[in-house]
Amino acid sequence: MLNQFVTPDLQPAAPEIFLLIMSCVILFADLVVGQVQRWMMSALTIITLVGAAVLTYVTMDGQVVLTFSNMFVDDLLSDFLKLVLYVAVIAVVIYSRSYLVARNLEKAEFYLLVLFSTLGMMVMISAAHFLTLYLGLELLSLSLYALVAIDRDSARSTEAAMKYFVLGALASGLLLYGMSMVYGATGTLEIGAVAQAIYHGDANKTILVFGLVFLVAGIAFKLGAVPFHMWVPDVYHGAPTAITLFIASAPKLAAFAMTLRLLVYGLFELADQWQLMLMMLAVLSIALGNLAAIAQTNLKRMLAYSGISHMGFMLLAMMSGVVGGQADPFGTLNAYSSALYYSVAYVLMSLGSFGMILLLSRAGHEAEMIEDFKGLNKRNPWFAAVMMVLMFSMAGIPFFIGFFAKFSVLLAAVKAGYVGIAVFAVMMSLVGAFYYLRVVKIMYFDAPVDTAPIEAPLDMRVLLSLNGLAVAVFGLFPDSIMMLCTTTLVRSL
Amino acid sequence: MFGPVSLTHYLILAAILFAIGIVGIFLNRKNLIVLLMAIELVLLAVNLNFVAFSHYLNDLSGQLFVFFILTVAAAESGIGLAILVVLFRNLSSIDVDDLDSLKG
Repeated sequence: MLNQFVTPDLQPAAPEIFLLIMSCVILFADLVVGQVQRWMMSALTIITLVGAAVLTYVTMDGQVVLTFSNMFVDDLLSDFLKLVLYVAVIAVVIYSRSYLVARNLEKAEFYLLVLFSTLGMMVMISAAHFLTLYLGLELLSLSLYALVAIDRDSARSTEAAMKYFVLGALASGLLLYGMSMVYGATGTLEIGAVAQAIYHGDANKTILVFGLVFLVAGIAFKLGAVPFHMWVPDVYHGAPTAITLFIASAPKLAAFAMTLRLLVYGLFELADQWQLMLMMLAVLSIALGNLAAIAQTNLKRMLAYSGISHMGFMLLAMMSGVVGGQADPFGTLNAYSSALYYSVAYVLMSLGSFGMILLLSRAGHEAEMIEDFKGLNKRNPWFAAVMMVLMFSMAGIPFFIGFFAKFSVLLAAVKAGYVGIAVFAVMMSLVGAFYYLRVVKIMYFDAPVDTAPIEAPLDMRVLLSLNGLAVAVFGLFPDSIMMLCTTTLVRSL
Repeated sequence: MFGPVSLTHYLILAAILFAIGIVGIFLNRKNLIVLLMAIELVLLAVNLNFVAFSHYLNDLSGQLFVFFILTVAAAESGIGLAILVVLFRNLSSIDVDDLDSLKG
């Protein structure tokens, strides 16, 4: 066993390998291209992501393939999440460019760190072993810490980076402590083998539940769920908006994958225990997120609190999968596919709304206060409409994607018997509608304060319009995406 | 109590180190470098856990995991100290209490 080395099957990891090689190519290209032709960096980044998307799509066959000694899994869920991830990262690169150029931040480091964190997220999404999960998570987190501090001369950014670093490292510590306990109880680090060991009753239940508490705390930190949410508003507020756009979108997909892999693939037998913890996280997040968002005058902070409440909804779906310790195949599937649907919908809406802040920002002006959106309808009716669609969708007003995401989550919660919590979530959404509609009100009924013309490149305008349209159009055909999510999970669970 | 050192002793020691680390992060209001040390302590407690379990279970994968944690912890300290240097240039202070410009 020790003296033979079998070359692992590299094909399931082809997109990751391609992305890594291209990141190194870009690293060297930066030396050659230098300061002059900076646009090449963003072009190369987009080409890399499109290439990875093609590789992922071509090798997608619906089989569950394990490779690298059962450390890495390639299933339909990972392919689906990776494809959404590429779209989100491409959107981030296109939205960010003019903002970064105006602030002299458009260095190759930005593109490289974005690519490396994308690689980290891909490894996380495909993790079938605690080690790959941890390494993916750290690759993502370390790149994000550096990205937040990319504006070195801004006291606000560096302060946000420090807070993010300390709390992120603490979260990793909690997660690792939980992993060590699960390892001690089951004697294995493979997620599939952990599930087997618990199923056969070989595991010490006390140690296992003790470890589970720390795992859930670590997951909640990374998702930004109350009471582990302290970093979210400060980091969203302090980071340059282009970086906030990135942190608020793509990593949520990876965090969803981490939650699913750890709790559902690994510790499903303990569902009645983690269900209770997720319930507390969900209820607190939905309540605090919506209530605190009302008091905000800064749009980035408001969206941070709204993100906390959205993560609460996602957790609400995750906990509705199991009823009284019993997995009912249909209900379980429904709950997890609504969680997946919610994550994808949130990423789309989050990209759009932070993209709007970037659209209105220009050199020397950060359009991050809510009042910067005053009278947007008079300045540019089209983008006011896009922002209105995004806000309506986030509030959960019917016939936008956010409505069906909320609806399917609530349906799953009611089916699992959590009627009280579902009613509470609806009431909190009504509270939440207030601050979303306030943005719409000042866009349409207030006189503009800032009257400068909107100067954004064409590619950003087109993509942002498409983003707004996607939120509206996918809302008209919710069944097709829901079917896609369900099929994905049927073939992967 | 003072018999041969068993798994439980290692676990209790790791739990104490872990608790000191966590308390150090939340109670320390003075210096950011102490905070970085507290984070290291948390990770070392985890390492001790993994090694103890690995020996007890007669399974090498736990010890392998520790190598990775040590490496990542080094990278993490690198980033943390880099952020600390930039922060000091901007604020001329590394007091935890001075990190208060973001509120609300």
